[in-house]
Amino acid sequence: MRIGIPRESRPGETLVAATAKTAAQLAALGYDVVVEHGAGAAADQPDTAYEEAGVRVGPSADVWASDIVVKVNAPTEEEIGLLLRGATVVALLAPARSPELVERLGAAGVTALAMDAVPRISRAQSMDVLSSMANVAGYRAVIEAAHEFGRLFTGQVTAAGKVPPARVFVVGAGVAGLAAIGAAGSLGAIVRAFDVRPEVAEQVESMGAQFVTVDMEQEVSADGYAKEMTAEQEAATAAMYDEEARAADIVITTALIPGRPAPLLVTAETVAGMKPGSVVVDMAAANGGNVAATVKDERVVTDNGVTVLGYTDLAGRLAAQTSQLYGTNIVNLLKLLTPEKDGRLTLDMDDVIQRGISVTRDGEVMWPPPPVQVSAAPAAEKTAVLPVEQAPPTPPDPRRRLYAAGLAAVLFLVLATIAPASFLPSLTVFVLAVVIGFYVIGNVHHALHTPLMSVTNAISGIIVVGAILQAPTDNLAVQLLAGVAILLASINVVGGFTVTRRMLNMFQKG
Amino acid sequence: MVQFVQGAYILSALLFILALAGLSKHETARRGNQFGMAGMGLALVATLLLVLDYLGTDYFDQGPVVVGLVIIVVAGAIGAVIGLRLAQRVEMTGMPELIAMMHSFVGLAAVLVGYNTYIETADFGHSDSVHNAEVFIGVFIGAVTFTGSIVANLKLSARMKSAPLTLPGRHQLNLAILVVSALLMVWFMLSDGWVGMAPLVVMTVLALVLGFHLVAAIGGGDMPVVVSMLNSYSGWAAAAAGFMLGNDLLIITGALVGSSGAILSYIMCTAMNRSFVSVIAGGFGSDGAVSGEARDYGEHREIQADEVAAMLKDASSVVITPGYGMAVAQAQYPVAEMTRKLREKGVDVRFGIHPVAGRLPGHMNVLLAEAKVPYDIVLEMDEINDDFPDTDVVLVIGANDTVNPAAMEEPNSPIAGMPVLEVWKARDVIVFKRSMATGYAGVQNPLFFRENSQMLFGDAKDKVNEIVAALG
Repeated sequence: MRIGIPRESRPGETLVAATAKTAAQLAALGYDVVVEHGAGAAADQPDTAYEEAGVRVGPSADVWASDIVVKVNAPTEEEIGLLLRGATVVALLAPARSPELVERLGAAGVTALAMDAVPRISRAQSMDVLSSMANVAGYRAVIEAAHEFGRLFTGQVTAAGKVPPARVFVVGAGVAGLAAIGAAGSLGAIVRAFDVRPEVAEQVESMGAQFVTVDMEQEVSADGYAKEMTAEQEAATAAMYDEEARAADIVITTALIPGRPAPLLVTAETVAGMKPGSVVVDMAAANGGNVAATVKDERVVTDNGVTVLGYTDLAGRLAAQTSQLYGTNIVNLLKLLTPEKDGRLTLDMDDVIQRGISVTRDGEVMWPPPPVQVSAAPAAEKTAVLPVEQAPPTPPDPRRRLYAAGLAAVLFLVLATIAPASFLPSLTVFVLAVVIGFYVIGNVHHALHTPLMSVTNAISGIIVVGAILQAPTDNLAVQLLAGVAILLASINVVGGFTVTRRMLNMFQKG
Repeated sequence: MVQFVQGAYILSALLFILALAGLSKHETARRGNQFGMAGMGLALVATLLLVLDYLGTDYFDQGPVVVGLVIIVVAGAIGAVIGLRLAQRVEMTGMPELIAMMHSFVGLAAVLVGYNTYIETADFGHSDSVHNAEVFIGVFIGAVTFTGSIVANLKLSARMKSAPLTLPGRHQLNLAILVVSALLMVWFMLSDGWVGMAPLVVMTVLALVLGFHLVAAIGGGDMPVVVSMLNSYSGWAAAAAGFMLGNDLLIITGALVGSSGAILSYIMCTAMNRSFVSVIAGGFGSDGAVSGEARDYGEHREIQADEVAAMLKDASSVVITPGYGMAVAQAQYPVAEMTRKLREKGVDVRFGIHPVAGRLPGHMNVLLAEAKVPYDIVLEMDEINDDFPDTDVVLVIGANDTVNPAAMEEPNSPIAGMPVLEVWKARDVIVFKRSMATGYAGVQNPLFFRENSQMLFGDAKDKVNEIVAALG
């Protein structure tokens, strides 16, 4: 089958769906790959690079008449018209936000696969475009901010005076946020970050930033879901945003809520209160923005000299890298769709990934897919098992335990009364020794289990004392048996202690 | 003289308590062992002095005392030499078998001491029932310990199949032996003179069978618990011997060993989420193999040693979770070498040890210590489980059931509910394995089929050596 890589038609688009390298990988899967003239020009992939990699470069008509068309952006009305009936188109389709596009693709009788609909399960990570692009975008957001920012990021003490480090505040610790934290940190800035999910604090700290907490009692959610914030919590969080933003030189916001407009986190007043020369990069600009002053795709300078960047093409500004990553995601997807490596694309609707990305199939609208079951165990099995689990082990009646203990005590007293007097002192010693035994090793270090066992083994060789005391007797049989017992027990004594010493000598602290 | 010996015994008992207490911490462990040796030495010297003291009195015939002394010295010397050689020769991987075997010695010694006591009193023509009961119980525990330990030794050294032996009605069988033994005890207590020999011998045979059957019914996976349980039994046997001889040192020491062994077994049962009683009753793992294998978990992927080396070089944190396979392959030295090299490169390498990894509690720690892995990077399960999500690479070397996610995810699995090392939460998991065979519990491991796990097939030692070479 033929794969066509067209030139992106969206104005200003720099990306291409396959670099020379990934196009060659596609060809290795058995496909005939054709790239449109100039498709990769903006991503440092000249036509000659493709030709050197053994990939054909052809005119637009050839590309669009392919069995499979792989793009970055969703095809336009005009482009859909160019597709063959029964062809497959792979692109970022945003099917949830563009129902009319889905309908139009269905009407065109094509199979449409949305790269941005890959389910977020671990098996699909190698195809997760959103993660790979967010990573690049987070880095670029810091670079854009550094470009606008009139000062150094690192703090320095120089002969000409002390330069304070820049303070960067990152909101939202997803892939983009973490990438931004890493980039800003490696430039030398002091980075602080916040996310409404307290559990990402560790990830933030692992990137070298400080996690900002909201000063108030956090309710720990019992079911693992974030609870709706109370008005109080909301006010405290808003106050925190205000305070952090005013203190920061650079603010980078990445907060998105799936399927909803981005939340407004930094108000106009906060921006007005920021220092002149500060920079805000709003990575949520495409979805409405987290910052009041954001204008999509624009650079805005407020009255108090704060630069607000609303670029939505941050990933595209690193065209070569992003194209390479996108291309690799595409290769990984096609590897999945071409199990035989024979250049024939097959769609398996039972596979959650393939089902998840299928927006239309041969003209039939498949969107939305059924929700992905992340749990490995089938639901039916679970319900079958539950009743068994729910039959709780009846907690032992505490009174029954008490009765049992009482009964044992009475029995013991009776026995003690009828037993000969010489028995009792021995019993006393025995009982006390048992208790000591329990307590003495109650908190033994796990690494010492084996040495402890071999030392107790050696000690239990104490039975040798019993055998020794039996040896001097005039009964020959008893003497022989005692001899054997002595022999066995002394193997234990000597062997046990020696082995323990050998083991303990090996333990060392590094 | 008797009073001097009693005093020495009390000191010995105190030294033994100090020995056990010392053994629960690294810092004091070596001193603990020395206390133990001192206690034993003191007890032996005191006992010998007591026997020597017989020589001077006319209360004893001098002939038998001299013969007895010769027997004591010769038998003791032979035993000491054998013990020394065994202890010095044993490979650290063979430690579980050795310890199991030594338990059987104590068991047998207890049986012999019990018989001796009986013979002497029967010879004397007089016996009282409480004393008889002490003899009976001592012989019973000793016999169970004897055969049980032999079976454990055979299973651990793979000379006997490790799968649990499940006879129909095995619990009833055990119970029947107990009941019959109890009846025999009543008979024995009431009998006078040589008549008691019959119930004693019958019971001994039954107890030997019981010991064999009890341990044969326990699967190989539970062997660490069994070994420590037998350790406990050998202590009780010594305590029983103390009762029949009226010797407080034996009682104290036996009780110490018995109760410490019991609590150690209990700790391990908790670690495996197994009820103490069910492990002792045996038969675990029998129903497991069936339900585990019916499912199709998909395909596993392979990786080569040089790729693993490259992955390790790029990692910032690595956790190694060893299991019995590492012991079998004797891979602890290459593993230690690899650890050293990675640490030199600034990689944070740590070890995660499951409480029941290996065939003996603490087995892995001993092996790693033998190979000079610093013990402060060897962590136990609870210490390391939370760190797996931040770990780049986990190397699973010869472990299987202890890293099986089925324990947490599949309520039907025979190991369901057992706490495991949650290695699958790391970024990459490399599993060193000979083949795709199942572990001791006979349960398939879905870990091998996870997206982030890759299999490195072959002998663990060779493979780790290859990685060490590739690390340069």
